[in-house]
Amino acid sequence: MSDLFDLYQALIIDHSRSPKNFGELSLRTHHAAGNNPLCGDSIELFLQVVDGKIEDIAFKGDGCAIAKASASLMTEKVKHKSLEQALGLFADFHAMLVEESDETESLGKLAALKGVRQFPIRIKCATLCWHTLNAALKDQAHVAVSTE
Amino acid sequence: MTKLVDWQKVREDFLFSHIKVYGKPLIYFDNAATAQKPRVVLEAMTRYYEDYCSNVNRGLHYLSGIATKKYEEARKIVANFIGAASEGEIVFTRSTTESINLVAHGLSKIHFSPGDEIVLTEMEHHANIVPWYLLAKDKGVLLRIARVQDDGTLDVAHFQSLFNARTKLAAFVHASNALGTINPVKELIDIAKIHSVPTLVDGAQAVPHIPVDVSSLDVDFYAFSGHKVYGPTGIGVLYAKRPWLDTLPPYQGGGDMISSVSFENITFADAPQKFEAGTPNVAGALGLASALQYVSGLGLLAIKERECELHAYLLRRLNEIPGLSVVGQANEQVSLSSFVLKGVHPHDLSSILDREGIAIRAGHLCTEPLVKRFGQSAFSRVSLAFYNTHEEIDRFIAAFSTVKELFRL
Repeated sequence: MSDLFDLYQALIIDHSRSPKNFGELSLRTHHAAGNNPLCGDSIELFLQVVDGKIEDIAFKGDGCAIAKASASLMTEKVKHKSLEQALGLFADFHAMLVEESDETESLGKLAALKGVRQFPIRIKCATLCWHTLNAALKDQAHVAVSTE
Repeated sequence: MTKLVDWQKVREDFLFSHIKVYGKPLIYFDNAATAQKPRVVLEAMTRYYEDYCSNVNRGLHYLSGIATKKYEEARKIVANFIGAASEGEIVFTRSTTESINLVAHGLSKIHFSPGDEIVLTEMEHHANIVPWYLLAKDKGVLLRIARVQDDGTLDVAHFQSLFNARTKLAAFVHASNALGTINPVKELIDIAKIHSVPTLVDGAQAVPHIPVDVSSLDVDFYAFSGHKVYGPTGIGVLYAKRPWLDTLPPYQGGGDMISSVSFENITFADAPQKFEAGTPNVAGALGLASALQYVSGLGLLAIKERECELHAYLLRRLNEIPGLSVVGQANEQVSLSSFVLKGVHPHDLSSILDREGIAIRAGHLCTEPLVKRFGQSAFSRVSLAFYNTHEEIDRFIAAFSTVKELFRL
């Protein structure tokens, strides 16, 4: 039970219900779609990158509370960050969930998703948006995430 | 009057009762994905491996003789179970999926020309969509899709309206794995027959729950899987009318499916061997035969009665949950229901129930077009078998209080 309360913290539920940066960007330099073919979660990410910095970011898509909250928290976190900083956060986030790293200081609110570690089959829900961000920044139009 | 069965005792025929999930007794509500196996099935398979393990249809020695006899007996048991005219109409495959692919492969070589059409329905499993999609792309064939109505039944009038002079096949599911709907297959086959169109029925979800008689259905092809009817994984069945089996070209080439081979010329064995290249899944066939005998022993009518009662109870309890809507209200259903709960994605629901030891299915259920047709991206599904209990349904319903608490519903 406590695992469940770690997973579905109030912050996660709130972000899944009222996600930040939800929608499309009319002005955008980068765009990618990601999906998890096994469960049907999907996300589309829009970015406006100016001088190596993420000036604006938005997402839309459909998925579980974890996938939506993770995307919402990610967009909040990487907005106004440089591309290097954003990719660094991806690495830290990935390390927290996949390598079970407890170095979560850089992640701030994103550390709320640490509870996903106790649910290995749900890790891909939390990382889908990050893989999509990575694809968008590398100018790949689409990424399918099924395993870590 | 169906016979009285002690279902509590029947449950002891299965080995899964000891399984604990996160310290809680397992409640297995994912029977439509695969059913648990009774001990007799595992014993039949073990007996083969321990007592007469050898290859079939070759070897003139003693053990091979026994194995071949048992394997062919299994074919007879399958034929009897589904009312085939003879065991010569039963091909062992890997699964329902492989059975359908075998037919699609064969028909694509001899039956379809560009511009032809295939009638499918909106409630098909991907196994009865993708093989036809591949054929359609390859041969320039058009897929026509019969609509599903809001209550989860097939729009039979629409189905009928899709037939024309170019229609060359109708393929449809007997019982929907997502809606539970039992289609009026006899009526659908008769419609196809008026247009001289052959039919293929995907029986994966029907065979475990309701009596099936392919001869009285007068269907051309009928496919099902062993593992959903309490048999092992990796064994499936294709029933086909004998003239089709004689006409269709082989699916795979190899040993066991030939009459004679030279580098210049090969003659094939007669069906069904023509479609069983290589060493078959002998243990699987024996396990399946044992499962079918087990099911026959309980009686399909008794099973149907038991499952109807459990399913009605499930539906009554599900309707008590605020914000929950069951998808599909067909009068004739097998014992499964999909539903959506407002404000909670099926994956989240499934994870929460999982921590309570309850296994349900969540996602597109391999029926993406159907889930989209109901305006969703995922369903939650409970699928019951005769060994499930009213108490398990009560525990499942009680677990919704955790969902409510976590999601502040």
